[in-house]
Parts: sequence; C-alpha cells; structure tokens
Amino acid sequence: MTFGLLSQYVFNCLMLGMIYAMVAVGFTLFFGVLDVIKFSHGDVLMVGAFAGLATYIGLQAIGVDAPLAQLLIMALVATLSMALLGALIAKYLVLPLRLAPPLNTLLITLMLGSVLRESVRLFYPQGSNPKPFPRLLPDDSLAFGSFTLRADSVILLLAGLAAIVAVHLLITRTKLGLAIRAVAQDAETARIMGINFEFIVLLTFGIGSGMAALGGLMNGLYYNEINFGIGLLLGVIGFSAAVLGGLGNIYGAILGGFVFSALQSVGAVALPALFPGTSTAYKDVFAFALVIVFMAWRPTGLIAEKKSERV
Amino acid sequence: MKRLLNAQSAFPALASMAVLTLFAVLFLHADSQGAVMGLTALAIVSVLLLARFGWNTLAAASFAEHGRQAHAAVLLGVLIVMAAFYDNHFPLLMLASVLLYIVVCLGLNLQFGYAGVVNFASAAFFGIGCYTSAVLVNHTPLPHILIVLAGGLMAAGIGSLLILPVLRTYGHYAALITIAFGILFRVFLEVNDTLGGPQGMKVPGMEILGWKLNDGLQFGELEISFYVNYVLLALGMVAIAFMLVRRLERSWIGLNLDAVRLDETACATFGIDVARWKIAAFTLGNFLAGLAGSVYAMMTGFVAPNSFTFGDSLILVSIVILGGIGNPWGLTVATAIVLILPEKLQFIQEYRLLLYAALVILILLFKPDGLMPRQVRNYLPGWKP
Repeated sequence: MTFGLLSQYVFNCLMLGMIYAMVAVGFTLFFGVLDVIKFSHGDVLMVGAFAGLATYIGLQAIGVDAPLAQLLIMALVATLSMALLGALIAKYLVLPLRLAPPLNTLLITLMLGSVLRESVRLFYPQGSNPKPFPRLLPDDSLAFGSFTLRADSVILLLAGLAAIVAVHLLITRTKLGLAIRAVAQDAETARIMGINFEFIVLLTFGIGSGMAALGGLMNGLYYNEINFGIGLLLGVIGFSAAVLGGLGNIYGAILGGFVFSALQSVGAVALPALFPGTSTAYKDVFAFALVIVFMAWRPTGLIAEKKSERV
Repeated sequence: MKRLLNAQSAFPALASMAVLTLFAVLFLHADSQGAVMGLTALAIVSVLLLARFGWNTLAAASFAEHGRQAHAAVLLGVLIVMAAFYDNHFPLLMLASVLLYIVVCLGLNLQFGYAGVVNFASAAFFGIGCYTSAVLVNHTPLPHILIVLAGGLMAAGIGSLLILPVLRTYGHYAALITIAFGILFRVFLEVNDTLGGPQGMKVPGMEILGWKLNDGLQFGELEISFYVNYVLLALGMVAIAFMLVRRLERSWIGLNLDAVRLDETACATFGIDVARWKIAAFTLGNFLAGLAGSVYAMMTGFVAPNSFTFGDSLILVSIVILGGIGNPWGLTVATAIVLILPEKLQFIQEYRLLLYAALVILILLFKPDGLMPRQVRNYLPGWKP
C-alpha cells in the first residue's frame, strides 16, 4: 500500500470519526442529564440534513447564491430547527415517561425515529430517492505526491472540531454548563439549589440535537448526497460510539467515535488482505461484531460509568 | 337469558368466538377497499360499544373460566376460516403467516414480557431460521422435519453466543447489543454472495415423511390449495408454543421470570439465579423464532435480506406492546391486526410503519399496559381477589 492511499484512509477515517463523535456527544449529553437514551437522535440528524437541503432550495429560489451566505443560513436554520425539535421531543415524549421503566423511553424514541424516517420518505418530495446535496465548499485541493488534501474536507474537519470544542467549553466553563453538570450529577439536589430542571433538560436536548443537525450537514457536504435512511445507521453507530467510550462521558463519546471509524477502516483494509476474496463491504459487520465482543469485555465502556446501586 | 349472560357460563366466550370467526371470514373475503374500510370501522365501533355494555370483560371472564371449551372454539374458528377459503391461495398464505408470526411473538413475549431481556433483533433470529432451512434444504438431503428443528437450534445457538454480552450488561447497553446484532445480520446477508446477496435464495417446498406440503389436494371435483397444509402445520406449532408459554407462565418458572424482570437485585438476594433464567428465556424465545422462520422460508419458497430489517424487528416489538406485554392472547390479536390490516387496506401498506410507530408512541404515552393488559395469575378457578 502506498503512502498516498494510506493517508487517504487515515483522513477519511478522521472525517467519519468526527461525524460519529458529534452524534455520540449528543447521546452522552442526554444520558448525562436524564439517564435516558434518545434513539431518534440519528433520525433527527437526517431531518436536519433535509432541513438544510430545503433551506438551500428556498434560498436558490429567492436568489441568494453566494455559497458562504447559503452555507451559514443553512447551518443556522438546520441547527435551530433541530434544537427546537429536540426540545419538543424532550418535553412531550421523554419527560412524561420519567417514571416509567427506562426501556419505554428507548422504545418511544425508537418509534419516533421510525416516524421521522417514514415521514421524510413519504412526505418530502420524492423522499425515497437519494438526494444530491449541493457542493458549497471550495473545491481546491493540495497534492502531496499521491495524496491529495481536499480543502472542503479540511474545513469540515475543523468545523466539527470547533463545534465539539464549543460544546465542551459551554459545559465546563459557563454557568449554564455548571447547571447541566449539576442536573446530571443529582437532579434532586440541583432543584433544591434553584436550578430550573425542566429548562436545563430541554436546553441539553436542544444542544445535542443542534449538534446532530450540524453532523447531518457535514455528512451531506462530505458525500454530496443524503437519503432518508442515513439516520438509522448513523444513530446506531453514534450510540455504539457513546457506549464504547462510556455513556455520560463527553471525552468517552469523542474517543468512541474515532475508535468506531478506525474499526471500520481497519475492517475495510485488513479483511480483504487477510482473507482474499472477502469484500470491503464486510467492514460494518466487522465493526459491529467487535463492538459486541468489546461490550462483553467492558460492559460500560472504555471510561467506565460509575455505578452503584443502593437497595 | 340471565343464566347465559354470566361469567359462569361458557356462552359469552363461545358467542364471541363465533362472531369473531364470521367477521374474519367476511373481512378476508372483502374485495373492495370500501368494504374493507366499512368492516374495519364496524369492528372498531362494535368493540367500543360492547366494551361500554361490559360485554368484553364478561367474555374475558367466561373465556378464562371455560379454558378448554374456549381454546377448542379458537382452534375450530381458525379451521372454519381455513375451510372457507380452501381454494384461495392468498387468504390462506396470510393466515399461515399470521400463525407463524404468532409463534415468533410468543418467543419475543417470553424474553421481553416475562424475563425482561430486551431483544431488538427478533426479525434477525427469524431470519436465521429462514436462511438455515434455505441452505439445508438446498444442499443436504436431511429430512425436512429435522431441518425445521435445525433452524430453531441454529437461532438458539447464535442467540446463546449473543447472550454472553447481554448478561454482562444491563439496560441500554444490552439493548445496543441486540440492535447492533440485528443490523450486523442484515448487512452480512446483503454482502454474502454464497447466501445469495441482496437477491436472496429460492427454497423448495416442505416434505414430511412423504407428505409433500406443496402439492394441492384433490378430492374428485374439489381442489384444495396447498397452503392448507401449511396452515395446519402452523396451527399445530402455534397450539404447542401457546401451550408451552402458558404453562411456563403459570408454573414456578414463570414466577421466577417475573421476579427477574421486576427486580434483579431483590431476586439475587432471594437466591434466584438471574443469569440462568435470562439465558433460559432468551434461548427458548429465539428457538421459537427460528422454528417459525424455517417453516416460513419453505412456505414462501423464497428468502431475502430485506425481510429481516431492523424495521421488521421493531414491528414485532410493537406487536408485543400493542397486545399488552406478557399477554399471549393479546399478542395473538395484535399479530392478526398488524399483519392483515395493511394487506387488505392497500393504501395503508405504504404508511404502515409510520402508523404502527405512531400508534406505539400513543400506547406508551397513554396506555402503557397495551390494548389487552396482562391479568394477574389465577391459580384457583373462580377465585376473586
């Protein structure tokens, strides 16, 4: 394997890892504040990407055609609308089930994911076909021997990094973040200290869902195509990544995202090399199988969740 | 009259079954969309009206009281529906599919409803059964009855590998494992060329001791669809699986399973082996799914990865929740509704996943026990708390 091909793989792996990490951070935030899994997260991401696409078409129609302006407005619309959707989901589906068995929350959000997915498929114009996503980033590239560095990929990677760092700073450095962490640690005590519990929960779901929308846009810009089904796989991968890292831990989620994309890349490269005749399409089988095996070894992830039960 | 309309008499249960059978025949017979919609509306309105007059609780009580007659009436009802469509392939295929899916859902009910082991990959275990029988029928001369058994054992075997990580984890982590397995299974089938890839495989019909199930019967003028064979086989399987699940639920095993679901910690302190009961429920449930799958493959003559998606697993889970978690009768009714309604109402077909998902959300929000909630065990007939 040449150096160029190898660096291509590494770069691709970083890119995917960034998207996965953004999804996983959402899962981990929700789990942190409410101890629930919001499984519709991947589908929220998909709806975010479609909201961005619809905004783009709307902007084209009213004659805004500067790519930068389009991109910023798309990102803004997608992020805000998905943040609102996330908050609505939390208010009307997740919070009412707080006292029910935790599995019910998982189920209700799983079903909501199906509703979102099917709605886009049925009600978005020709929603069941893959949609081309506009190329809005500069398409310059730098060549290093056989390896070409595309400017759009670098921009996406940096944007993802910026979003994750921003959320991290929000959580660790601001008063709002302090409130989020307080609710995560002990909702009861946080309430006694005068923190508006419901507001913080809704806000956290909003932030996480906004991140997912950004992830969806990145995914669309990177592949130049979106379809209604990307949410399910990205959701499961994001969930696996969050679990690999250890639920409730933001560093774990980032680490998990990159570990998962590394597993996929290793699967794509190593399987055909080790067993001639196998196709690279087995990479997902390989990655998921390793996640299952990994869970048997470390049931609560790399950075383990501290758990003790009082009876 | 008073003597008949009483929970002590078998009349309410038998009358309900007779009406239900008649309705099933009419419903399956209805051709036009208008007739199907009218019948659906009629069913909803009359069930609501009857509930208002207390008929439903009366029928349920009488059903529980006269278990033997009531069960016989149900079997007879299925046979009557089958006889009504003796030469018509499509309704019989639907009937047999519903029966086989009931077996799968009974297995899922054991895992989900009794032991509380999450399984979001039940369609995958059903698929393991399908593919096992497809491969074995095509490539080995094994007798088909053994192949059906092998389908069940294969699903149980793969399930018992999966149970290791499921046991080590709890809650959401365990759910993730089964979800990941479901997706892994589907992707694996799609990329694996020996198993036919996305196109799937053809499966020849079943043959038990010289009885070729794919040959129609002929009595003089009377031609009988070969699906009658499969309906009979599936009905037998449902009866056995149903009996097994009901007996398990009533026995001390069922008590242990319930205890494991409700509180693992308390269970462990009382000396109940949590792991053992989880393994037992998970393996038995997957065995049932695999068994049904291998018959289903031979009946439809065709297997393809698209029938075993994560969405299909979700539909199976919705059936169990809609029916009322832990209630075998509830899931029987729910399976029939969920599978037959979209086949008859063509315009629903496209929207069915959307509708079920929305319905399950509403059920979880407003009636978390399902449409027919599970009753407390009744060990002494006629005993009132």
